[in-house]
Amino acid sequence: MKILRDTWLIFTRSLSIALRNPIWVLIGLMQPILYLALFGPLLAPLTQLQGFPPGDWTNVFVPGLLLQITIFSAFFAGFGLLAELRSGVLERMRVTPMNRMAMFLGRALRDVVLLFTQSLVLVLLALPFGLRVGLFPLVASMILLGLVGLTMASLSYAAALWLKSEDAMAPFLNMVAVPMLLLSGLLLPMSLGPDWLKWISLVSPLTHAVDAMRSLFAGQFDALTVFRGFAVTGVFLAFSLWVATGAFSRSQA
Amino acid sequence: MAEFSTSLEKPDSRPAGGLAAAMGRPAAQAPTGRAALSIRNLTKTYASGTQALKGVSLDIAEGDFFALLGPNGAGKTTVIGIVMGLVTKTAGTVSVFGHDIDRDHARARKFIGVVPQELNFNIFEKVMDIVVNQGGYYGIPRKVAIERAEEILHPLGLWEKRWEVSRTLSGGMKRRLMIARALVHRPQFLILDEPTAGVDVELRRGMWDYLRSLRESGTTILLTTHYLEEAEQLCKHAAIINHGEIIASGTIKDILARLKSERVTLDLAAPAAQQAAALLAGYRPVVVDPSTVEVEVDEGRGIGPAVVTLQDNDIPVQMVRPKSGRLEEVFLRLTSGNGGAP
Repeated sequence: MKILRDTWLIFTRSLSIALRNPIWVLIGLMQPILYLALFGPLLAPLTQLQGFPPGDWTNVFVPGLLLQITIFSAFFAGFGLLAELRSGVLERMRVTPMNRMAMFLGRALRDVVLLFTQSLVLVLLALPFGLRVGLFPLVASMILLGLVGLTMASLSYAAALWLKSEDAMAPFLNMVAVPMLLLSGLLLPMSLGPDWLKWISLVSPLTHAVDAMRSLFAGQFDALTVFRGFAVTGVFLAFSLWVATGAFSRSQA
Repeated sequence: MAEFSTSLEKPDSRPAGGLAAAMGRPAAQAPTGRAALSIRNLTKTYASGTQALKGVSLDIAEGDFFALLGPNGAGKTTVIGIVMGLVTKTAGTVSVFGHDIDRDHARARKFIGVVPQELNFNIFEKVMDIVVNQGGYYGIPRKVAIERAEEILHPLGLWEKRWEVSRTLSGGMKRRLMIARALVHRPQFLILDEPTAGVDVELRRGMWDYLRSLRESGTTILLTTHYLEEAEQLCKHAAIINHGEIIASGTIKDILARLKSERVTLDLAAPAAQQAAALLAGYRPVVVDPSTVEVEVDEGRGIGPAVVTLQDNDIPVQMVRPKSGRLEEVFLRLTSGNGGAP
């Protein structure tokens, strides 16, 4: 199929460019590692509080950190597209018969692969802190993380084509990402908060992904929570693909 | 700089099969008369209200080397942008080898190769990757694209540089890389937007030779350029666009025939420009400096009698030269707002 072939081509091209500077993949891990080492231990006493999810603090905190990486890598991937837009690389692709969805899907899949790498490194680093997670929950979590990453990257690329400027892109992404970060209970579970905040948090699609991943990491598999996490993420992904495809198709003078 | 003449091989020194083989066609294809590009009543009004095109109609025959000329802001880039699918038209139709760019855009784009004015490749990618990936964008299998890259990079003098990152190339090599990239899917219609902008004279001449050989191999070429000498040297047909309208079109010869008079510069052997101007009053003279005078020679009159007149009055003429290229003269007169009457 043409879309698969075009997506693979863009994916391999984008990945080979990214791997020329692999150090940045690891540098992108610094923030979550600092959170894990310097903020995570503060949560240990909180595990006794009413409303704190069952299990070790690492099982609650690491899924949140994984999604935090997603926000700060995939959701900011659009900045790379701005450089390609400015240098005319994107225009060069748009004069070809290439499938428009493949043009961003290949890039977004590259972002997901880099995200997987960062996530696995973070999980390994969390093991000495006491993290214990089975293979199946980990794989299921990675799949969910990949879907969230794909969603975030697609929206980021659409935003880049819409805004066309780093000056506008940075505040816009922060305006969206920070409420999402806070409302999704990435750092502290929303179950500790007041009811009104819990209700508001349900608006954020990430909340359901976080809940699903925490459920998987806790090893106490709540089928409904996990299903809801996948279902909401799936709908969010479909929406983001539609938005990004439209942005790549319509981006004309 | 001898870069182009030493590294760009002429058609007869290319690998077996030559450029025609590289382009996948028999050598020396004759024009068929079929329209490579057909534009009808094309209009474009931008969201700002600017009317960039006001009903442009244009036909470029298969195998032609066609120049689209016009001052900055005339509408050249808009026309090209619409053909390439980068700009949405307001009204009108555009077809490439009979394929409408709206209804059959994927097929129409396969016919087109584009060499934009600005360098637009990732400077951290290798030469080979840039060319081969471009083939992939057109659905060409990687193995085939690699073979074609070799066929194209050799005559462009880039084969030895194929594994180098493109940012290490010289300016001339980058320009040639843009051409190589545009040719990898063997387009039958090549759009060159200011291909020699900013390159030195020797390199430009070398590129002319290459472009001529491309046309001889059967590729239809649309050229926009600010170097009117370039259009005069390379193209058979041309159109001049100004304020979004075609104000002249036809063969270069026909367009030049519109020049009813020509400005000629006379370099005198002595500082006698004032006396010369007085003697050549019928030639509408302008004194440029004490030893130089410009005159206007009407069609059929010739400059000979003027030179004889000066010599008879002991004002020897050292050199006679046109003030500018003839096409440039037509262009300036047509676009200077004097009603298009050269």
